[in-house]
Amino acid sequence: MKQYEIDVAIIGGGSAGLASAVVVKKAGLNPLILERDKELGGILLQCIHVGFGLYEFKEELTGPEFAQRFINEVKELGIAYKLNTMVIEITKNKTIYAVNNEEGLIKIKTKAIILSMGCRERTRGAINIPGFRPAGIYTAGQAQRFVNMEGYLPGKTYVILGSGDIGMIMARRLTWEGCKVQAVVEILPYVSGLLRNQVQCLEDYGIPLITGYTITKIHGRDKIQAVTVSKVDRNFDRVIGSDKFIECDALLLSVGLIPENELTLNAGAELSSNNGPIVDNNLETTIEGIFACGNVLQVHDLVDMVTAEAKRAGEYAVDYIKNRLGKEVSDKEKIKCVPGKNVNYVKPDFINKKDISKDLIFTFRVKEPGRRKLIQFKDNNNKVIYKRKKIHVIPSEMIELKINLEKNNINPACGQIEIEVIDRPEVLIEGE
Amino acid sequence: MIYDIIIIGGGVIGCCIARTLSKYDLKVCLLEKEADIASGTTKGNSGVVHAGYASSREYIKRNLCIRGNKLYTQAQKELNFPMKRIGSFVVALEDSQIKILNEERKKGIQDDVPGLELILDKKQIKSMEPNLTDEVVGVLHAPTAGIVSPYEMTFALAENAAMNGVKFFRNQKVKKIKHQDYVFNVKTSVGGEFQGRNVINAAGLFARKISKMVGLDYFEINPRKGEYILFDRNALHLNKILFPTPTKVSKGILVCPTVHGNTFLGPNAQNITDKSDISTTTAGLKEILEGGLKLVPNIPVRSSIRNFSGLRAVPNNLDFIIDNTDVYGFINVVGSLSPGLTSCYAIAERVIEFLELLGVELKVKEDYNPIRPKPETFKDFSKEELDKKIIEDPAWAKIICRCETISEREILNAIHAPVGATTVDGVKFRCRPGMGRCQGGFCRPRVMEILSRELNLPFQAITKKGEDTQFLVGKTKDFILERIKGGN
Ligand SMILES: Cc1cc2nc3c(=O)[nH]c(=O)nc-3n(C[C@H](O)[C@H](O)[C@H](O)COP(=O)(O)OP(=O)(O)OC[C@H]3O[C@@H](n4cnc5c(N)ncnc54)[C@H](O)[C@@H]3O)c2cc1C
Ligand SMILES: Cc1cc2nc3c(=O)[nH]c(=O)nc-3n(C[C@H](O)[C@H](O)[C@H](O)COP(=O)(O)OP(=O)(O)OC[C@H]3O[C@@H](n4cnc5c(N)ncnc54)[C@H](O)[C@@H]3O)c2cc1C
Repeated sequence: MKQYEIDVAIIGGGSAGLASAVVVKKAGLNPLILERDKELGGILLQCIHVGFGLYEFKEELTGPEFAQRFINEVKELGIAYKLNTMVIEITKNKTIYAVNNEEGLIKIKTKAIILSMGCRERTRGAINIPGFRPAGIYTAGQAQRFVNMEGYLPGKTYVILGSGDIGMIMARRLTWEGCKVQAVVEILPYVSGLLRNQVQCLEDYGIPLITGYTITKIHGRDKIQAVTVSKVDRNFDRVIGSDKFIECDALLLSVGLIPENELTLNAGAELSSNNGPIVDNNLETTIEGIFACGNVLQVHDLVDMVTAEAKRAGEYAVDYIKNRLGKEVSDKEKIKCVPGKNVNYVKPDFINKKDISKDLIFTFRVKEPGRRKLIQFKDNNNKVIYKRKKIHVIPSEMIELKINLEKNNINPACGQIEIEVIDRPEVLIEGE
Repeated sequence: MIYDIIIIGGGVIGCCIARTLSKYDLKVCLLEKEADIASGTTKGNSGVVHAGYASSREYIKRNLCIRGNKLYTQAQKELNFPMKRIGSFVVALEDSQIKILNEERKKGIQDDVPGLELILDKKQIKSMEPNLTDEVVGVLHAPTAGIVSPYEMTFALAENAAMNGVKFFRNQKVKKIKHQDYVFNVKTSVGGEFQGRNVINAAGLFARKISKMVGLDYFEINPRKGEYILFDRNALHLNKILFPTPTKVSKGILVCPTVHGNTFLGPNAQNITDKSDISTTTAGLKEILEGGLKLVPNIPVRSSIRNFSGLRAVPNNLDFIIDNTDVYGFINVVGSLSPGLTSCYAIAERVIEFLELLGVELKVKEDYNPIRPKPETFKDFSKEELDKKIIEDPAWAKIICRCETISEREILNAIHAPVGATTVDGVKFRCRPGMGRCQGGFCRPRVMEILSRELNLPFQAITKKGEDTQFLVGKTKDFILERIKGGN
């Protein structure tokens, strides 16, 4: 068995892995990227539409172009990477086992690990659509791969279930290919992807968006022939008499993404409610010296936010190796961050008390959309320590706040803060 | 060439008979209408190897099930399919049900079902199965009950049969049978013709059609649907197969682990008319979820990864029909409703007896090899083995299915095995890529690539499960070009 020893192993060579590797290398340490695919770049490589890099590069790039800039930098800096290399196990003491076809099984001893394995798409079973299970059902990302990377079309007439970003982007892409997209069907009363995609991908092409509906039956024993869509009530139960029959020869599912955390779980790290690992403000998981960033931590809207988070993870890993190696932070030295009213999850899950004087970044999503809201942070005595107005909140847009808790007079003895998004009291109507 | 025996139907019953016959010096073939064997009821059932106490004594299926259960031990040793004898609980939630369980226990013991015990100590019950509801008042424990992967066992049976000389023909739908001078002439819809001295009808739901082809019309088969919900491997870890106490109407919804560590709920029972209707329904899925929650209240409903259904072939007498019929050489093995899977080895024994009566000479082949080696899997290797394997064969390091960690080597083996996979579903049911939580989201195009390369077929010609189930309709730009041409 081949063995290696390195400073920082980075699992996954997507945008998160690449950005963090650059930071680690520039700090004078020795990173190694492990990527199971045959090339670096991750999910970006199949996103050939523009819309990437507006923050990072102040330019509108395609996914592959964005990835290429980082790949070039990785190569220029001489950062080591292994392709076709699948990590199969991470141990608590930060040893990695991976396989690749040239070296067999490899064992890598590390000082720190950055998890950047990305996410995967949710599938139909997760939502239990009744009916047949014929050929012709794809996740939107799978269809994207067929069309953009392999050059094949899975169908001619489509229905898309779910209004996630990939689904909307594929609706447009397939329309360009001369296919017909009959409808994008969304169970919620609002779109679950970004507004800009709703406008640029659906409205501009006259693709019908049916909200408050879901697919209640799949027709066709061998190959899909049609779907029945029905209106749903508040409890997502079908409204009788609202059925519509829509013909199609392919159904795409764009019903959400979910962080890919098999390895993380097996290593013994804990996950939080969003299926990403529990991390502190240094993006360190519950295993000392193992960090997480990108979609494996939380599903992001924009690659630029992934990159920013990944750079932080790189810095924290460097700091860990240089200053803190082998020292665990006890629970007493931490403040827990929990989601409150209308908040789905919060990252980080913990704050180290010694860091409360720093500017900390909080990210979270709301459960339900709304207007004229108030974001509040409360300590465990229900004292509001921070508040901020927000005109419009929606689950598809991750909220990011940079806050210095000390400046907001947090009591360092408090054990927990809760983050909630509530209706704004009338007195607060002045401008934002 | 005239076969000694033609088997119609490549479900678990047909394949088990084929494998049992492959021991003898006989020319045997099996005809299956679908693109793959194990495509019918054998694919959609609970996969429970029943202990045998459950069927009423008036039915032959009771004794065939009890015997069949015992025969699994040797079969598993020889064929190396995934099976675990984990034991089952019939769960009583009310004191009145204890009496029923005790009756079952007594009769079971009399009929030689091993180890049946009534457990009334709640603490003991909960320690054996912590997921069980607190409402439990007692259970009937059957330690010999087990779980099996029905299709993997069927593939193993077919592979071993083929290794020993049985010929398998797929995509051959039997259309017509002529019986003349003690020879059956079997014609199929694709123009195939097969001659044989004996015919075994194991066509499942369609067995009446086959029987009528030789003029025998003495039973009816009606489809009864059972629906299931399957859960992710991380969702729940059950130690036991859990049945509710049966009522007069049904065995009820079970909560059951699979040999691969998933959990499923189901089946319900719905009489239908269309023998190809394997769709699932909103009402059905709701029914089984409610049923399952009664036994295991902490089922994480959101971790379901798939729903599916299977059709029981229900005969009008509600029992197996295993007949040496009035048409000399024509044997019906039909009406194999539950526990047909459990009983298959005992049913095959019965068929052998019939053939003996028909004067078929049963001489054991000198080179008969009952062993079908266990398919090697990435997951089963130790780290040292893995390292060696990859150096010998780099295809072991190419992980195609990430959810289930399945390498290209396993897929190649599934394709090149005797009676190997020719479709994406064929690969999936043999070695599991696409069975995990992403349900093929990532690996499907790669499995298609491998099939296309290995079978020398164009990428676009690869299907999910045979005719009319292509994945792709054209290349990009095809439709635009079509439109431009059309405009000219
Ligand atoms: C379809 C789609 C459309 C998008 N559109 C836009 C857009 O228009 N604009 C925008 O700004 N953002 C967009 N995004 C968001 C953004 O591009 C992604 O969120 C970002 O690229 C994710 O980066 P990542 O590194 O976290 O994950 P990924 O890019 O998924 O990278 C993860 C990498 O880890 C590897 N890996 C996983 N497990 C292992 C293992 N065990 N061993 C070795 N390697 C492993 C994977 O092969 C992969 O290469 C889109 C995202 C998707 C999915
Ligand atoms: C919901 C459900 C749950 C069950 N649970 C259990 C259980 O837990 N334990 C148990 O022991 N049993 C169980 N059973 C019963 C068990 O599944 C069946 O007894 C068994 O699968 C029957 O196998 P078979 O080979 O007879 O049928 P099938 O698998 O249906 O095989 C028949 C084959 O014949 C082929 N065929 C049909 N017509 C033609 C033709 N004209 N030409 C060529 N080929 C043809 C079909 O394509 C098919 O492949 C269950 C059944 C159901 C439906």
